[in-house]
Amino acid sequence: MGEINLDTMSNEYFDVLKELGNIGAGNATTALSQMIQCKIDMAVPQVQLLEFKELGAAMGGEEVVMAGIYLAIDGDIKGSIMFLLEKKAAKHLVAKLMGMESEQEDLSEMELSALKEVGNIITGAYLNSLSSITNLTIFPSVPDLTVDMAGAILSVPAIEFAALGDRMLMIQTQFFDEMVLDGYFILIPDLDSYGKMLAALGINM
Amino acid sequence: MSVEIKVGMADLNVCVSPDRITTLGLGSCVGIALRDPVTKIGGLAHIMLPDSTTIRNNSNIPKFADTGIEELVRQVTRKGANRSRLVAKIAGGAQMFGFGSNSEMVRVGERNVQATKKKLAELKIPILAEDTGKNFGRTVIFYPETGDFVIRAVGKQEYKI
Repeated sequence: MGEINLDTMSNEYFDVLKELGNIGAGNATTALSQMIQCKIDMAVPQVQLLEFKELGAAMGGEEVVMAGIYLAIDGDIKGSIMFLLEKKAAKHLVAKLMGMESEQEDLSEMELSALKEVGNIITGAYLNSLSSITNLTIFPSVPDLTVDMAGAILSVPAIEFAALGDRMLMIQTQFFDEMVLDGYFILIPDLDSYGKMLAALGINM
Repeated sequence: MSVEIKVGMADLNVCVSPDRITTLGLGSCVGIALRDPVTKIGGLAHIMLPDSTTIRNNSNIPKFADTGIEELVRQVTRKGANRSRLVAKIAGGAQMFGFGSNSEMVRVGERNVQATKKKLAELKIPILAEDTGKNFGRTVIFYPETGDFVIRAVGKQEYKI
């Protein structure tokens, strides 16, 4: 099996990864909508292969405070997945879920725990669709959550990509209910898993 | 008029007083500021990984602690800094997430700090101050005029080292 290199990836592979991302984000939106029992629309996800120094700008600035949910994945596909949401949007979602708005600017323990659950369901839906399309097993770990500067949170998946190449694959999904919620998925399969995913879809390398 | 020079992830640049140089949102990455206190010429690197020799695809010099610091030294001395007078301040290398499994990757912040210190020791560049580890992101701004390394974090007062 040939080795995948994100820096020199052909359009064909990129299109496949893009399509996987689209389907995953669609499923995640449905799950989110069911959870907060409210209609949520989704714009067509933007799939981008970015250089590390472009990452911050792509998310509206390195210092924007965001909530990041990070899970390790194991099974046929190994690696990790991250879901990021701007803090404002995170607070909005959690308020919907809990049926009350909190006055404080910081997230309370209870809001953080609800947010972790939101992240768990969203990433779970994303991974489920990936698993059923490819017929490969994916076992997610317990999620971990942090609220901090976008750049600092992104450094974690970026470093994992950095061990392989000089670019990172990021899927931006815009959800709308009363407000625009910008969410970002970053799937970080290890090199073998890229091969397995593409092979499962009948793509030869 | 002084300007602010921006350094991205896996990036480095030089900076001469009265300008300042910054990198935003350091997480597990490490920011390394070098300065010649006499000429007030400095520079800043934002490295992502500890060691270029363990990675096959290692042509991106500023990405690694070892090659990034060597290159920063080269660039500040080319600009006029005296190699033997160089001093350093470092920040970053946080552990942003706590989960246990994939522990080598989770602890990459700590390994980045260790590799940075090792390389600076090897080059005999003293570290005057550091703000590393813990679990939060940092924006850093370095002033070659004074040597101040200003650190900004979410929910904290700005401080300098």
